[in-house]
Amino acid sequence: MAQHQVNYLKDGGLPVALTTIDKVVNWGRSNSLWALTYGLACCGIEMMASGASRYDFDRFGTIFRASPRQAELMVVAGTLTKKHAEFIRRLYDQMTEPKWVISMGSCANTGGMFNTYATVQGVDRVIPVDLYLPGCAPRPETLQYGVMMLQQKIRRESASRAQKPKRLM
Amino acid sequence: MRAYTPKDNVQKKPYYTDRYWVAPQVAKHDVSSDDVFVHDLDAIKAKFEVLDAYIQVDQMVVIINAHDNFAIIEMLKNEREYNQLSEMSAIDWLATEGKFEIFYQMLSMSKRKRLRIKCKIDEKESLQSVEKLFRSADWSEREMYDMFGVVVNNHPFMKRILMPDDWEGFPLRKTYPLQGDEFAAWYEVDKIFGKEAREIIGPENRDPARIDRYDTERFSRLGHEVPRGTDITNGEPDTPLVYQEPEGVFLIEKFDAEQSVVISDRHR
Repeated sequence: MAQHQVNYLKDGGLPVALTTIDKVVNWGRSNSLWALTYGLACCGIEMMASGASRYDFDRFGTIFRASPRQAELMVVAGTLTKKHAEFIRRLYDQMTEPKWVISMGSCANTGGMFNTYATVQGVDRVIPVDLYLPGCAPRPETLQYGVMMLQQKIRRESASRAQKPKRLM
Repeated sequence: MRAYTPKDNVQKKPYYTDRYWVAPQVAKHDVSSDDVFVHDLDAIKAKFEVLDAYIQVDQMVVIINAHDNFAIIEMLKNEREYNQLSEMSAIDWLATEGKFEIFYQMLSMSKRKRLRIKCKIDEKESLQSVEKLFRSADWSEREMYDMFGVVVNNHPFMKRILMPDDWEGFPLRKTYPLQGDEFAAWYEVDKIFGKEAREIIGPENRDPARIDRYDTERFSRLGHEVPRGTDITNGEPDTPLVYQEPEGVFLIEKFDAEQSVVISDRHR
């Protein structure tokens, strides 16, 4: 037995880190945000650029998945037409809880310049949105900042309580 | 910041009118001025009735009866070497004449000539399909039906091509409002949530440029974020961009802006 006093709660004590379940779960959730590839228009190009080497979304644990069942983040990048509205709702419903939505660019936020009969005037008419990114199209830095804001939001949420499903109405 | 003016119905009142402006007309020349087109027109006239024919911008325009369209295009393809249908669609003249004008733009690769066949049909009248002659007419005729409501007979798959199958109305008609009729305005709400959700979701905001600087429920100024719903009529504090919580994040190294390296040569 060692003669000196060991402070087990400090660094260099036992290999133990004290934390709460909330923090661990939220740490895991916020740093492995798997995003559904949802490039609908030119914003999709910026979204792809964010995932590519220069901006490198993998650093944040954001990996684009092609299946809604493996994704928890939906980045709606581009113009949502009325014909496509039911499909985005179906894909959103197929994602597993908890799930988050980033509306990327003017078209997804409000319909943007497409003030016509065929464009949904904002995706929040169809699915609940957590974060709106302005821009036409937003630069990859904006999307990165948006994802970091979303990570902060996730860390603030309570993880132990079963998350209430978000409802549009 | 620029003062806000409502932009709901900007398209209702044109901001420029000139009563004395006359639309310039493209000059029409007689068909006899071109050796190749003369023979083509004679061949058509030998078998079919031609209402009018002239040359505009080096292209011959032949106006025919609508019921002759298949036979004339078949003859032009098989006998007169017009082997490509580059474009076809309809033009809405319902307001002035009560008719649609259908045009077929054809190209002869061997003669290096372009020819346009035009015919007029009534709103409820249908047309013979030329899909058997040119595969390109397949989607063009579907688009014509989708956008104008011109029904084409003997088409293999007469169905809307751009708009959803259950869409009502024909968007390219002059009478169709640009921002859609009531059906279009509620289409996605009706389809996904049902008609009873209309009151909850509310009408579309057709003025997406509207920004209320003092509305902290729906807007936030980058670098000046305040908690939601705060009254900022007397100004708001500067808040620098925060990438992480100030107390740091569990298991994640704190980002230090002082320690970060700014790359001066972006082409390195």
